[in-house]
Amino acid sequence: MNIVVCVKYVPDATADRQFESDNTVDRVGVDGLLSELDEYAVEQALQLKEKAGDDTEVTALCIGPEKAVDAVRKALQMGADKGVHVSDEAIAGSDYAATSLVLAKAVEKIGSPDVVMCGMASTDASGGVVPAMLAERLGLPQVTLASVVETQGDQVRIKRDGDTATEVIGGTLPLVLSVTDQSGEARYPSFKGIMAAKKKPLETWSLSDIGVDASEVGLDAAWTAVEDTTARPPRTAGEIVKDEDGSGAPALAEFLATKKFI
Amino acid sequence: MSEVLVLIDHVEGAVRKPTYELLTIAKRLGEPSAVYIGPADQAADVTEKVKKYGAEKVYVVDDSQIKGYLVAPKAEALKQLAEKASPAAILIPSTSEGKEVGARLSIKLESGLITDAVDVQADDSKGPVATQSVFAGNYTLTGRVTHGTPIITVKPNAATPEESAGAGTVEEFSPEVSDAAKTAQIVASQPRKATGRPELTEAAIVVSGGRGTGGNFEPIENLADALGAAVGASRAAVDSGWMPHSFQVGQTGKTVSPQLYVANGISGAIQHRAGMQTSKTIVAVNKDEEAPIFELVDFGVVGDLHTVLPAVTEEINKRKG
Repeated sequence: MNIVVCVKYVPDATADRQFESDNTVDRVGVDGLLSELDEYAVEQALQLKEKAGDDTEVTALCIGPEKAVDAVRKALQMGADKGVHVSDEAIAGSDYAATSLVLAKAVEKIGSPDVVMCGMASTDASGGVVPAMLAERLGLPQVTLASVVETQGDQVRIKRDGDTATEVIGGTLPLVLSVTDQSGEARYPSFKGIMAAKKKPLETWSLSDIGVDASEVGLDAAWTAVEDTTARPPRTAGEIVKDEDGSGAPALAEFLATKKFI
Repeated sequence: MSEVLVLIDHVEGAVRKPTYELLTIAKRLGEPSAVYIGPADQAADVTEKVKKYGAEKVYVVDDSQIKGYLVAPKAEALKQLAEKASPAAILIPSTSEGKEVGARLSIKLESGLITDAVDVQADDSKGPVATQSVFAGNYTLTGRVTHGTPIITVKPNAATPEESAGAGTVEEFSPEVSDAAKTAQIVASQPRKATGRPELTEAAIVVSGGRGTGGNFEPIENLADALGAAVGASRAAVDSGWMPHSFQVGQTGKTVSPQLYVANGISGAIQHRAGMQTSKTIVAVNKDEEAPIFELVDFGVVGDLHTVLPAVTEEINKRKG
């Protein structure tokens, strides 16, 4: 079985994330890492491999600037077999559509995957739309937002916690599968895994390697434009009281009454 | 005036509130045309409801042939409707399904997609302007679609629904759905149990509990009921199995923006903040005075929620008489 797991390198959510002057996300000046939500995808890819047997290969695929290779490395340390990093200056500023185009072309070049695995969303843009776009572009079934993944032969069943119902979704390989943070804790790289990762194949591809023209991607080709970014003003410090001998509750009730919530 | 397509958010024909918000926004942009993809026998009832909020047209797509499949058939139906109606914009509820429908539609129509808009305003010269809240609510963006038909998914509470009578002219539409769109099958569906409380994403007040509850959500639920609020939970509470995932507020759960958010026994990690930081008024009760949640609050109580909440609940019930 061939599994391609898409991983994104994102600015650390606990750092001060910011924008460049052209309103694109600052991906260089802020420390980055493998998106936490993609760790779950790597984990599920590895679990599928462990279940399917040794002839299964997991390829970690990442698009991003030079530093983004760290996300691929982390996936290799966790246990992916090989890495592909698509890096090209022309990609900077790409929107959802262009991102999904580059991913789809790279998946095609990696060749006939049985599963294209994704996290539920990135932790920076939080769109959650790229897996569906990938399914659309690749013409594969979309089996997305899985909190539980079960496979039997070429059949996949997932539990999907939708907005108004919990559903069981079924599909036949090959397909695009996305998993949520409910799918199971992601493993930490072991020391052995970290050492082994150094010897694993890791290729860097440019746009021309995957047959995408530079005019199709990047900020200028985007179908959407961010016109303005404004930092939210810090919240003004509120009143904090200590609950001493039951003083907290009346003070809170009084606050709620003043604000007309009671 | 051009049509603006609004995908109706409903459960088996029961229209959900964000639909009316989308119709209200659609009126700013053009002539609202509601798109109903659902059981045909509910169409008349749905039409009566959406025409009160300005739907001039209601496209009715009988879903009996496609309801067993995830997302893709709806995207095909909307694509064909868009080609027929040449709308000025397409508005879709920002649910997980809605965003995926928008995603596929975007590729099909080669049109830009903006997700999770918290506001959409008309700008006649260059098409609708959408506002988004990003980076855990730390930034506000405005942007627009620059290619194709603007497709915007809109979050709950992005507008106050305004009643305004529309013609509600029904047009049956039968999309041609390809076999390729019928490959992800909905094998089973278990509707969410009604809690009798407001919907989390739509509620004016949300009372949440976290690790500090120790698994006892009774004080949270009692306070919520005294305030007429929805109940939420932090990821720690969900991961501990105390509350179902559908209650989770935060990055990987629901994003809420109520008038009042009361966080109890929640430390306030960035992942939680991402889901509630834009709430108008924030209150926290936490034993740990160093908890980062106190950086966000308008009012905070350093104390044990198990004693503070029952006392506040009693006080509120007393004041309400």
